[in-house]
Order: sequence, then structure tokens, then C-alpha cells
Amino acid sequence: MQDGLFEKARFRTAGDRGILVEYGDVIDPAVNNKVRSMAIVMEDKPPEGVIEIIPTYRSLLIIYDPSITHPAKLKNTLNTLEARLAEISIPPPRTVEIPVCYGGELGPDIDTVAATNNLTVEEVIELHCEPEYLIYAVGFSPGFPFLGGLPERLYTPRLETPRTLVPGGSVGIANNQTGIYPVASPGGWQLIGRTPVKLFAPWRQNPFLYQAGDRLKFKPISTDEYDRIAAEEAQ
Amino acid sequence: MDVFSVLAPGGYTTIQDEGRYGYQRMGMPVCGALDAFAFHAANLLVANSANAAVLEITVMGPRLEIMAEADLAVTGAEMGMTLNDQPLDGWKSFRVKPGDILDIQQVKSGCRAYLAVNGGIDVPEVMGSRSTYVGGNIGGYQGRLLKAGDIVKCGRAKRLKGIRAMPSHMIPSYPPEIVLRAIPGPQDDFFQEGLDVLFQSDFMVSTKADRMGYRLQGPKIRIRNAMPKSIISEPTMPGGVQIPPDEQPIILMVEQSVGGYTKIVTVISVDLPKVAQATPGDTIRFERVSLETAHSLYKEQQKKIQNLAARLSRP
Repeated sequence: MQDGLFEKARFRTAGDRGILVEYGDVIDPAVNNKVRSMAIVMEDKPPEGVIEIIPTYRSLLIIYDPSITHPAKLKNTLNTLEARLAEISIPPPRTVEIPVCYGGELGPDIDTVAATNNLTVEEVIELHCEPEYLIYAVGFSPGFPFLGGLPERLYTPRLETPRTLVPGGSVGIANNQTGIYPVASPGGWQLIGRTPVKLFAPWRQNPFLYQAGDRLKFKPISTDEYDRIAAEEAQ
Repeated sequence: MDVFSVLAPGGYTTIQDEGRYGYQRMGMPVCGALDAFAFHAANLLVANSANAAVLEITVMGPRLEIMAEADLAVTGAEMGMTLNDQPLDGWKSFRVKPGDILDIQQVKSGCRAYLAVNGGIDVPEVMGSRSTYVGGNIGGYQGRLLKAGDIVKCGRAKRLKGIRAMPSHMIPSYPPEIVLRAIPGPQDDFFQEGLDVLFQSDFMVSTKADRMGYRLQGPKIRIRNAMPKSIISEPTMPGGVQIPPDEQPIILMVEQSVGGYTKIVTVISVDLPKVAQATPGDTIRFERVSLETAHSLYKEQQKKIQNLAARLSRP
């Protein structure tokens, strides 16, 4: 048994309409994979009375209608599904490529990140684009990905004074985390670049480009390419 | 059809329906009317479908010029209200005609009122809902609070055959001392005497109280020594009572998605309207109930709304 992965799901009561189902007590790809798999099988055939299923790092929140179903019934269903999980084929996670224009005005803190870690700006970009990051959860603001797998050589503390306005699309680093601000908001992350792609577009048929459990890879682009994609996205 | 021209927007007026479901996993909070009971009642009083969009009015109401004949009703917080300078009652439908001035003033009791118009407020649905999410700049009226000069539209509907009024025994009162029933968890095991402190003390609603959450002031709620101060971030439910590092509880509401602090108890669904109607300075006490009790109260409440619907639709 893997460290931190529970042998059997643990249930917590989240009020009269929610059950929190935990599959482990660590931030770990194996635990998150279990969360993702359970979310997929649950959504494939949602049990009667289930309103919404929300996967995050190591847990699923199941929101139900108490006039239709009961937690005991849902726990049974979840336990049965979990026991059969090995027999069910789960589609592999997708990898979404996000183009980023690094440095300059679009990534004003890239020099800080480089200096903190004794790297050149080119090395920062190369290291940041190397991993396939695991999207552990999406939240905080619509479409904000919590990514795992930032190379240790890029760890950089947050800004001492957060910015009152971080432009939408900004890519940042905060300690051992990296992420993207889908919409403009205040924030204290070190900004190293910006993507011209709209990560949250409520007018699109599918407003989001990825979901929890998917993988994300950054791809460096020039300012010309940034402008070209930005113009396309604005249409 | 244009129905209101906004002369003055009031304190914090937004368009809300039942909420935006299915996207919480993408970090999209549900939003929707904070006081679900008053919201449903307002729609029933003007013969709307259960999910029709309404105006949610906070503390200070708007001044509206009427642009079309329509039936309206205002429920929830008690606010001074006049139609062409004549006083008007809440929880009762009334007919308006073009040129009328509806003036909703300062709150007298409670915090949020709901103005329904028959046919429902008509704004484009965004991701399945008309609710405004001001933080994400989407839904409702261009993703924002109403402001002076806005023209609000409504759907077409038949005029009511008569006045619809809420039976007086069903009109809630909003006293400044509030008891909220709550179920321990999801992280009640992180606390020991903290649970006793929560259930035995008075807390005051602070000025930081909005659609995201209600911050309370009172005795400190301590996490057990052996337990970590935070948890791996997880989704939150409206009603979850979060304990951040300052050990002062926050009742989470509908514009919250993921968080990394423990929730000691969760307020039961039927008591969330009491939170929606609480204002800074009010006193809150928590009372422990079982999940079974919460579920039977939930079903009773649903039956109550169904009975009300049947009663009001009788000619």
C-alpha cells in the first residue's frame, strides 16, 4: 500500500447535503488518481439524488438532495464502486498545452525568480516548461489550476506585498506551487509570463480547457505569437 | 420587455436565481439567492416558476421607474417601501403600471429583500443560470451590481387574477438574536473543547459579512494541540463554519469554492436564510442537531413550500 493512500475511503459529514469522501491524507499523484477515477465512474452513472460531484487533491465532495437519497445509501454505492474500480477502465488524463510568453512586461518577476535560484532567465523558462504538471484541483477562482510538480530549482517565495491587480492569463510561482490566474484578481505570486489563451470563457460551449486530474504543459512563445493568439482569442 | 429603469440602485442589488450548479469543480461558486425561502416565496407570490430570476436587495433598496404593467412582490427583509409615495406591504403581490415609481428604502429588520416580477427578470443565462457572480464578473446584469440608468427586462406572463398574499403565520421574523442549528463536521475531530466553546457561547456578526461568508467575533475556537492548523484544500459547502488561524469562526456562504481551513460544524440548510438576514452586531448562538433531525426539517420545509404553492395558486 502506497504511503498516504487510504485502504478504504473515509467519509465525513459536510452538513445535511454534503458528504466528503477522502482517499488519502497527502498531496500525491496516486491519491489524486483515485479521486479522479471515482469522480469519473460516479459521473458516468450518477446515483439518484446526487446534484454535484467536486474532486480536489485527495477528496470528493458529493452534494445530494436529502429528499431523494440518504448518505448511508450513497456510502454503499461509493464502497461498491471503489471495490470494483480495478475492473473499470478509466480514460487516461488529457494533457493540455498552454502557450506562455515569458518575461518582459508580461512576466515582470522572472528576474527575481532567476536571481533567487542562481539561474539565467533562459534556464527558468526551460525548467518551467519541462514538466507535465498534474492539475490536482481547480478552484479559488473559476478555472484556477492547482498544479503539482514544480521543479525545486524554481521555488520562490511570494511577493512581500501582493499586487492589487494581476492581469488575467498571468503565470506565477509561489513557493513550491505554480499556477495561472484565469481572470484578473489581486494576488501575491511571482509573475513570470502570461498566456494569451482564455482559460475561462463563459460564452464558449465548454467554458474551461481542463479539469482536475488532467495534465498541463507550458510552451514558450514569442511576443509576436502572443499577440497573434490574443487577437484570435478576442474574436 | 423592459420593466424597470433604475433611478437609484440601492446598496448592493444583484439579479439572482437558484444558483449555478455543475461547475463547482471548476472553481465556479454556486451563487444564487442567499435566502432561499424568501426567494421561493417571492416567485410564488407572482406565479413564477421556482427558478425565475429576481432582484436581491441588500440593506438599502433601489428606486425604480416602472416601464410596463406587471405584478410584483417583495419578500425577505422588511424595508420601507412606497409606490408613488403610498406605503406598500411586503409578502403580497401588487400591480404596477408604466410611470409608477417604486421606492424601496432602508432596511428595518433583516438584511436582504427579494423583488420578483411575474415573468421573471430576463437576462441571458450564463452556464445555465441567471445569477450574478460579481467576483467572476459573470451572469445577471453584465456580471455586476445594478447601477443608475440600467434598464431591466422581464419575461412575458399573464397578469395575476387577484392579489396573492403570504399567510401571516408563514412570514418569518428576523430578530437580532439568532439560533443556528448545526451538525458537527466535516472536521469536528480536529477540536475538543472548541466544540463546547462553539455550542455554549454567543458570537457577534462582524462588519465583514457578505455573500462569501459571515465573519463572527467571540471566544477563540482552538484546534486540538496535536492537529495541524490547516488541511489540504477541499471544496466547501454553504453553512460550513470555518476556523482560520485567528480562531474566529466564519460561516461560509454561496460565493466560496475551495478552502484549506477546518470546518468545525455546518449550519443546516433550513437555517441558512437566518444567516442571509443577519446584519453586523446581531448575536448568533449555535445549537447542535443530528443529521436525521436536519433531514426531517429539510423535508418539512419542502412540504411547507409545496403547500404554499398549492394554496396560492387556488383561485
